[in-house]
Amino acid sequence: MTECRKWNVEHLQTLLDVLNAQGYCIYGPQLRSDAVVYGEIDAIEQLPAGWHDQQSAGSYRMDSDGDPQLFGYALGPQSWRKYLQPPRERLWSAKTNTDTQAITVSESKPAGKKMAFLGIRACEVHAIDIQDDVFLNGTIQDNRYAARRENLFLVAVNCGHVVSTCFCTSMGEGPKVDAGFDLCLTEVYKNGEHFFAVAAASDCGRSVLQVCGSAKLSESDKRLVTKVERDARLAVEQNVQLNTEGIEQLFYNASDSEYWQELADRCLSCANCTMVCPSCFCSNTTDSGDVSGRKFERWQQWDSCFSADFSYLHGGSVRASTASRYRQWLSHKLASWQQQFGRSGCVGCGRCVSWCPVGIDLRAEVQALRLRSHNADD
Amino acid sequence: MDWQSRIVTAIPTAMDTKPKLAVWKFASCDGCQLSLLDCEDELLAVAQQLDIAHFSEASSQVSEGPFDLSLVEGSVSTPDDLERIQKVRQQSRFLVSIGACASAGGIQALRNYADISDYISVVYASPSYISTLKTSTPISQHVKVDFELRGCPIDKHQLLHVIQTYLQGRRPQISSDSVCVDCKRNQIPCLMVSQQQACLGPITHAGCDALCPRFNRACFGCFGPKNNCNTRSLTAWLQSEQALSKPELTRLLHTFNSDSFVEPEYAEE
Repeated sequence: MTECRKWNVEHLQTLLDVLNAQGYCIYGPQLRSDAVVYGEIDAIEQLPAGWHDQQSAGSYRMDSDGDPQLFGYALGPQSWRKYLQPPRERLWSAKTNTDTQAITVSESKPAGKKMAFLGIRACEVHAIDIQDDVFLNGTIQDNRYAARRENLFLVAVNCGHVVSTCFCTSMGEGPKVDAGFDLCLTEVYKNGEHFFAVAAASDCGRSVLQVCGSAKLSESDKRLVTKVERDARLAVEQNVQLNTEGIEQLFYNASDSEYWQELADRCLSCANCTMVCPSCFCSNTTDSGDVSGRKFERWQQWDSCFSADFSYLHGGSVRASTASRYRQWLSHKLASWQQQFGRSGCVGCGRCVSWCPVGIDLRAEVQALRLRSHNADD
Repeated sequence: MDWQSRIVTAIPTAMDTKPKLAVWKFASCDGCQLSLLDCEDELLAVAQQLDIAHFSEASSQVSEGPFDLSLVEGSVSTPDDLERIQKVRQQSRFLVSIGACASAGGIQALRNYADISDYISVVYASPSYISTLKTSTPISQHVKVDFELRGCPIDKHQLLHVIQTYLQGRRPQISSDSVCVDCKRNQIPCLMVSQQQACLGPITHAGCDALCPRFNRACFGCFGPKNNCNTRSLTAWLQSEQALSKPELTRLLHTFNSDSFVEPEYAEE
């Protein structure tokens, strides 16, 4: 990694212009419908300046204190997954020729545009790395994912604002982004001074940094940068953590626990947790056609293990009860994912906690399961 | 007859002559039947594939049964309805109930929680002319229903999908997800979590593609309860976190599908 350099706010606009000129479609954070969401951007005025989020189980609030920070929020409801594995996409369409009855099938290919993500957090870089395991690194590659992923330019931003649902430190990555980015920024706003520390970790990143220009960080600048990064780490570490010790065995031993039913009394089986999770990857396919029967389309869309159709085999759903669906989700995410991919499927972003409509917090649930199994052992 | 056996019986019919479609109205506002007329771009294709034999909303020319596919709108709410639904069933090889009235009794099922004679005396100048049942009930309570399409009104894309899959003799792929799944696929930030709106989306059957949340309005629950509907947990949360009172919760649940969202016992206030 090259030495950290200094950017002022104008450099960030230069970055957008440079990436645009290089043919990237840039996505970044914006405030919409009382939440920070990701969308196309080309000007820094579109960023959510001054907005900060407060999150807790089942609750997300935005407020603005008028400061100029562009990345002063922690995380919004959406993850970058929506660009790499779109919620809905057509896989192919087919048409029957009225005269010859010949069927033409045309595959729907991804647009093939180069994408740049601005403002990606450590937990989200971690999540993309986990999705790479699923879509790229296995025996079968998902060509659509691979095409989107290939030219991805990541501008990470280290967290300067932490909410109570963050627990990335439990899951081994963050809140500082250590790898997997092209450029990484730390935003500093102190005593009226507003600047960024910028580091490059790839050839692409270094070349963009060179084109954008930069200044040298003074020793006092460096101290401010370190303080932002250290404060964020301390803040996450003071949050409730997810105790991962012996977690695989904990879940395997708890498969028949009565606890799952107690959880199901609260769980709505609505699938929100899986839909906001940045590493969940399940999808289904549906066929549709026109009434004449001459045109057909196959669509792929996000699916969830909380749906009845998800485990439908001949004759019915294998996991009919909410208890069995919750057990499936959490056991896979935290335990059997390790068997399957060699690491946990959770990145500690806390979205499933904030966006659960009835505030179920997996950190508390794992702890309760532990207590239950300890008591059973006694 | 289920979808599987229909594959055997209906395909020869489709090859000889067009299958006959009938649309029936019971206690309802006509909105669901209108969804068929709203299929402006697809209506010609429907008419090419099906003989629209009985559809009073579209044409006063009606032909005799039996019918291959019957779409039934509305709830059973009069003594006459009780007899008529039996006749409709006898004449229909395949019966699909459409909309919240037909599948759950509709808004008029609010009467199920009150005394019908009180209503009649207040509403009508000459109550003696009124012949009605004490309750409004779904079609499936009276006859066998082969498929139910939910919603107030139904979604035209789902209706076309059911017609199309019927013609091809395959099972409709109608999702049993919650509305939340469609909200998330549309990338809408949750209105319950971010705006404290009292939303029925988490316990409501999908099918509308999150129409209301897309316009920043919490779900009214017009598609009725979803699979594994946990009304108790949702209402407990709305009571404790959004301070909704018991009458407010009752009102929230008792709208389009008043008889199908079963009210739990609420905690004391």
